[in-house]
Amino acid sequence: MEDWRKDQEVLVMEGRIKVPYRWFAGEVGTRYLESLRDKGVFLGTRCPGCEKVYHIPRRHCPECFEECSQWVELGSSGTLESYTIVRRQHPQLSPLPVPYGYGIIRLEGADTGFLHLLGEFDDKELKVGDSVEAVFSDKREGNILDVKFFRPVKGVE
Amino acid sequence: MEAVAIVGAAMTRIERERKADGYADLVYEATRAALDDAGMSIDQIDNVVTVSNDFFDGRTISSMAIMDACGSYDKNVTTVEGDGTFGAFFGLMRVLSGSYGTTLVCAHHKGSESQMPLITNAMFDPIYARMLGIEAITSSALQARAYMTKYGISEEQCALVSVKNHGNAFKNPVAQLPLELTVEKVMSSPYIADPIKLLDCCPISDGASAIILATEERAKKITDKPVWAKGVAHCSTAYHLGDHELHDVSALEEAAKKAYSMAGIKDPAKEIDLVELYDAFTYMEPLWLEGLGFCEQGGGGKLTESGKTAAAGELPVNVSGGCLSGNPVLAAGLNRMIECALQIRGDAGEHQVDGVKTALAHGINGPCGQSHCVWVLGGEK
Ligand SMILES: [Zn+2]
Repeated sequence: MEDWRKDQEVLVMEGRIKVPYRWFAGEVGTRYLESLRDKGVFLGTRCPGCEKVYHIPRRHCPECFEECSQWVELGSSGTLESYTIVRRQHPQLSPLPVPYGYGIIRLEGADTGFLHLLGEFDDKELKVGDSVEAVFSDKREGNILDVKFFRPVKGVE
Repeated sequence: MEAVAIVGAAMTRIERERKADGYADLVYEATRAALDDAGMSIDQIDNVVTVSNDFFDGRTISSMAIMDACGSYDKNVTTVEGDGTFGAFFGLMRVLSGSYGTTLVCAHHKGSESQMPLITNAMFDPIYARMLGIEAITSSALQARAYMTKYGISEEQCALVSVKNHGNAFKNPVAQLPLELTVEKVMSSPYIADPIKLLDCCPISDGASAIILATEERAKKITDKPVWAKGVAHCSTAYHLGDHELHDVSALEEAAKKAYSMAGIKDPAKEIDLVELYDAFTYMEPLWLEGLGFCEQGGGGKLTESGKTAAAGELPVNVSGGCLSGNPVLAAGLNRMIECALQIRGDAGEHQVDGVKTALAHGINGPCGQSHCVWVLGGEK
């Protein structure tokens, strides 16, 4: 078939798959997101076996394989365990104008880190171990973006 | 474990955009080439394992569309959604079950047809992570930062991996992206997500690959150069980023430990002659080398600097050019196995390393290497 296609552009079908989904936050996710929306309070769950506090909250401890039956209120600030500053991002994905950051943040009272956005930082100053605090959105809708982003706590080394 | 061998192996050229070939065309090309490599006909294949991902293909039950191309008509065929190394693991189990004398494992990928960031964003949790816009590069950047901060690995040390692997690709005729680089060139390429720069990233690729596994009895009839599966294991860890520290690669350590124990390997640095690992980003090479036990934790940067991982070094790593020089996701792990098999057989052509008796192939699944699969392959049973 090579001779035939020598001077031919191969045809391309443009398309898009549009399928609506409804992802259920479930009982645990709903309690967590409602607390963020209504009170601005982060919640975690504690495993009765290893006492580890999971944030984001988990119904089961993946290590002990037991139910995390206890809810715990966490601080709204914590430690930056890792971060990246995004210089280029697909326009459909970018929740903030570039450059913005992602961080793994361990909130006060939690034993795990969690992923969120970073804003209002000086990109030359930012480092692992920094204290960061949550900045809440003005309009909260019951999703993870009710927290606008985390920013470095001023005056704290 | 009963002896099982790779008796045929082939991959297509890896290219940025294979417009003249649809998925099925690529799968046919790889399957046909693997059969030719083994000197087999399709009716000597007892069962088939395909590897694909519906999101990448833009087609639900994506495997169904390549049933003709992998020669599976009238055969038992099943699919693994994950890296090719995991597909090969399942193929091996099917041979070990005693029900099949041979298994064909094929994998395909066309990164050119979709938009990679949108697809890798969809691997994250829709409640807690997806709307943050995180995807493969930014999540890997978080892992790179955690690793580099913990052990003082420098961006220059990571850049050396890019220089080495893109340089190796010049001798591999199927590699997509041979590049003549210097550390300075890599360092001055633009940041995508700090500390990851453009030349720290694998390209977007199209390609397919296939291997044929056989029992000892069948293997001896098919080829005089069987490549034996000496040890293999895979291991998985947390899905949510932050559940464990991102520099912690205990899932890889566990998989390696099991694979080494099966293969009777006590000191991998002494007993393994060549490594092909999943270097989607430069930092992954030193990090995975640590997890595989080739140096102590945090020693991956120095190991790279020492030159030992160069093609002519004591422990050649990604002599093919690695994923950095062509990354048809899913097929990429199977390509690592195929490269090892060709090296052991002495059939790697211009990039052949002398005296490869035992080689290690590695593949990953999930964000930041949530799962790892480790294969130890050898020329002697
Ligand atoms: Zn527990």
